[in-house]
Amino acid sequence: MPWLSILMAVPVLGAVGVSLTKSDKLAKQLALAVSLVVLALTGVMAAQFNPSSATRFQFAEVYDWIPRFGVHYGVGVDGIALVLIALSAVLVPIVILASWHDADGTGAAAPPKRSVKTYFALLLVLEAMMIGVFAATDVFLFYVFFEAMLIPMYFMIGSYGGAQRSYAAVKFLLYSLFGGLLMLVAVIALYVIADKGTFMFPELVGVIQDPNTQKWLFLGFFIAFAVKAPLWPFHTWLPDAAAQAPAGAAVLLVGVLDKVGTYGMLRFCLELFPDAAKFFTPLVIVLSVVGIVYGAIVAIGQTDIKRLIAYTSISHFGFIALGVFAMTAHGGAGATLYMVNHGFSTGALFLIAGFLIYRRGSSQIADYGGVQKVAPLLAGTFLIAGLSGLSLPGLSSFVSEFMVLMGTYERYAVPAIIATSGVILAAVYILWMYQRTMTGPTAESVKGFTDLNIRERWVVAPLIAVIIALGFFPKPVLDVINPAVDQTLSNVHVDQFTPAVADKKGAGQ
Amino acid sequence: MQSPVEIVQHSGGVIGVSWLMIALPLLGAAILLLGGRRTDRWGHLLGVAMSLAAFVVAVVSFVEILGLPESERRRGIELYQFIPGVADMGLLIDPLSISFALLITGVGSLIHIYSIGYMSHDPDRRRFFAYLNLFVAAMLLLVLADNYVALFVGWEGVGLASYLLIGFWQFKPTAAAAAKKAFIVNRVGDFGLLIAIFTVWTTFGSVAFGDLSGATVSGAIGSGAASQGTITAIGLLLLLGACGKSAQLPLQSWLLDAMEGPTPVSALIHAATMVTAGVYLVVRSGAFFEAAPTAQLVVTIVGVATLLAGAIIGCAKDDIKKGLAGSTMSQIGYMMLGAGLGPVGYAFAIAHLITHGFFKANMFLGAGSVMHAMNDEVDMRRYGGLFSVMKVTAVTFIIGYLAIIGFPLLSGYFTKDGIIETAMEHNQILGWLAVVGAGITGFYMSRMIFMTFFGKKRWADDAHPHESPSVMTVPLVILSIGSIFLGAFLILDNRFMKFLAPAVGAPEELPAFHFVSTAGLATLALVAVGAAFAWFRYGAAEVPQVAPRGSFLTTFARRDLYGDALNETLFMRPGQWLARIAVFVDNRGIDGLVNGLAATIGGTSGRLRRVQTGYVRSYALSILFGAAVVVGALLYVGNM
Repeated sequence: MPWLSILMAVPVLGAVGVSLTKSDKLAKQLALAVSLVVLALTGVMAAQFNPSSATRFQFAEVYDWIPRFGVHYGVGVDGIALVLIALSAVLVPIVILASWHDADGTGAAAPPKRSVKTYFALLLVLEAMMIGVFAATDVFLFYVFFEAMLIPMYFMIGSYGGAQRSYAAVKFLLYSLFGGLLMLVAVIALYVIADKGTFMFPELVGVIQDPNTQKWLFLGFFIAFAVKAPLWPFHTWLPDAAAQAPAGAAVLLVGVLDKVGTYGMLRFCLELFPDAAKFFTPLVIVLSVVGIVYGAIVAIGQTDIKRLIAYTSISHFGFIALGVFAMTAHGGAGATLYMVNHGFSTGALFLIAGFLIYRRGSSQIADYGGVQKVAPLLAGTFLIAGLSGLSLPGLSSFVSEFMVLMGTYERYAVPAIIATSGVILAAVYILWMYQRTMTGPTAESVKGFTDLNIRERWVVAPLIAVIIALGFFPKPVLDVINPAVDQTLSNVHVDQFTPAVADKKGAGQ
Repeated sequence: MQSPVEIVQHSGGVIGVSWLMIALPLLGAAILLLGGRRTDRWGHLLGVAMSLAAFVVAVVSFVEILGLPESERRRGIELYQFIPGVADMGLLIDPLSISFALLITGVGSLIHIYSIGYMSHDPDRRRFFAYLNLFVAAMLLLVLADNYVALFVGWEGVGLASYLLIGFWQFKPTAAAAAKKAFIVNRVGDFGLLIAIFTVWTTFGSVAFGDLSGATVSGAIGSGAASQGTITAIGLLLLLGACGKSAQLPLQSWLLDAMEGPTPVSALIHAATMVTAGVYLVVRSGAFFEAAPTAQLVVTIVGVATLLAGAIIGCAKDDIKKGLAGSTMSQIGYMMLGAGLGPVGYAFAIAHLITHGFFKANMFLGAGSVMHAMNDEVDMRRYGGLFSVMKVTAVTFIIGYLAIIGFPLLSGYFTKDGIIETAMEHNQILGWLAVVGAGITGFYMSRMIFMTFFGKKRWADDAHPHESPSVMTVPLVILSIGSIFLGAFLILDNRFMKFLAPAVGAPEELPAFHFVSTAGLATLALVAVGAAFAWFRYGAAEVPQVAPRGSFLTTFARRDLYGDALNETLFMRPGQWLARIAVFVDNRGIDGLVNGLAATIGGTSGRLRRVQTGYVRSYALSILFGAAVVVGALLYVGNM
């Protein structure tokens, strides 16, 4: 079965169907149904995935696309790509359900009504592209998805966003294009210099040997990914885009699209240019650690809920990049798991913040207070999502943050210690936000709030369930990730970590 | 010197299912939180039942442990792989952990029962019991875990429960602020604990207690795998974690604010159990501390400094709960001192921890009973003469009081004296400071008793005090019985030291208990002086309803030794400024630079923000479409 092609074709066909529907309501229902079908298919596919298989990319399909240049329609997944596709497949139906009224023009201070059908069709198109970008095993195909993803997101922000949507959308587009063009140059140069006549990733691994060439090509890819992820100091587009995007789009933007950046670092930067990656490691680690602390401090100072969440994500992307460039088994697995967990916990935060904002029509923290008293469920779930954001053990983010920090500490103790201070700052930004919005005497403007309705509960429940389940039992996901990360690291040629005690024993023999 | 014994994997029996201790209260919490208002009617009963069930499991496990030969009294239970290759969810049932489990579930159940009465008028009583159950589960995981990572899960779990319960009345801004403060200060400690765990992992390649024996640690130092400095660092980092959780200097500031929580919470979490977790951590990590004398010395110094600081704070508080909180800090200081003194100290520290769990819970619940009677008044200057109206509360409270000041033959007499004597043998200065602390304890606790139960009635006009219902007084009676006898039971014949030996080790020659010793007599004398002084100031003399201004020293103590002022000046204010500056720089600096660059390239003079639509957007889109055309052309050429 061409599983991956089916996974992309279903949402594309669904998008066509959605745009042809007569009524808005039908469009929404169809979109939800299509996304659930994709989720089910992803589940069936994942069940057939064999983590211990010798074949690295499973469900592989390779067809010639532009034979003259060796461009293929090549797709396939290893454990890393699989969990990210699964993340997308889980988030999209949740986002669709959460966005039910986002294009209707209802809600306090909502933007004017826009085409509902287009919005949901765009969501499905985006889903196909998200699956495609993680599944691509051809570097050129990856680039095409990488750029094409911008288009639906650009329209979702630019047409359906908040008051500053135009500015935010253009900024998002400009930054991404800048990075994308650098990558295009690097992709073409890679093809020419490798001189293998193909863009297929597996055949390009280990081909570029010259250290200087590696460095230039590495930078081309890395800057594109660093803008995408985004790492400090390439991050300033994200708070604007995430704050102006409708909550659902913000979830996919921060939860999935940005992960393409960190995924790209792990897959392409490390494996294609291992020597350059090691050469630039000190620089990337500095950027990551600065981003962790800086993002957290700026988050503390925010007065807008959505911008605050966006800055926490900048801090979290620092953790992910740190884990990737620590180049240890725990760091890499932790970073990959972090990409998944961050998608769920930040997704939950954005969506519940969206519900809050829908009721009040303001994203200013100062406009809230004492919500817990009138809407305890809304407040309680917001707290759980927030606690996952601050990596409370028992919730999913903890495992990944712990693994990233420990994996980093194995090799780079000082950066790991500085990064660990992020756990204190995270408590400050999350709990202070919670204190200001949810506790204290109930603000006048909040008194009429209703608690989460049935639809909203269905949005929040699966997210919370996943966050708790992966918090206590991350093994199923880690078992899929670990072999893929080991494979990646073996292509980078780094020594496995050994504890000091075992090291001494080995030396003594 | 007797070392801890090896851990034996266990199956069968109640120990084999001892995970139920954690699972049952966790289930209770889940049902009560998910069930919502539907469970309001019987929620509190379920909460009590789950806690009692955990207690039963603990008792039976304890009996099973007693039935095993000493060399097999450390039982390991595998549950599942948590983080594959790093840490499993596994339990370690040994004399140390089961002692804690008994305290947590025993005192915890009494406090659950008491709360039925205390919280009976609260519309959110069910949620309260859900959080209490959550706390019990997390606390049990903390003490029963067989490795540092699983311990950390429980460690932060109790932090969460503490956060939720301090802020239980979160419509009160002070409660919400106190909850946040407690969590953040604790996170500073957790930062230390995390780094300690990383260091243990990179040094030893394991985080399981069973792999980290004293022999392993000294072996690593011997082979050069770990330097002495590394082991000392591990000890100090663990201590930082312990200081956060146990409110020891310099991370003590959150505990007094934590009194914003309902009083049963103060009794259970902020007196009897959670705040003692730091002591547990230090004792459980004995292998590292015993190999790092410097770290041990720091533990004792922190303990002594905190026992004095807490006692001084206790002297100046008019709020009965804050007075007790200062006292808790101080008593944990004693335990910390003991925990820094090796195996003999461990036994006394944990014994004091257990007796303190009884008499302090006893007094906190007694204070709750008083507040219950006095319309939630906490100012002792508005109490007085309550002995006659609430006899059960008063008598049990006074028993707790006699126990804490070390009145001969009561619990505190045995356990605190043990710590002081052991400290004296190690270091005279530390020992005498601990004696001075006991004298101050005599003063501030007597002051509390005189101001609350004796002297003139200084009640508010609308106060009509009455004795609390039996659901509240019965737990008081049970706790006070423990406050009387438990110390003698544990200490005489070195009963507890022998029991703990398989878990924490013991010296070859067990210490004999001296009913008459220099330190003991000095302590008693100082306590008597303190109590007498309190009598003259607060018993015989009139207590003003408004606190007098007081000397510099009084202000110093009232303001918690300027701990908060220090934190505000050093961290909070600079932190707020830093955040503001960072936001400014982020908006204007980095973003402004990029925007300016974009504007320059785009040929516009203004900033991008002013270019609302049109120009830049079409420019950007044209790039995108341009790229698309290039790609398209490539495709076309490629197909030719």
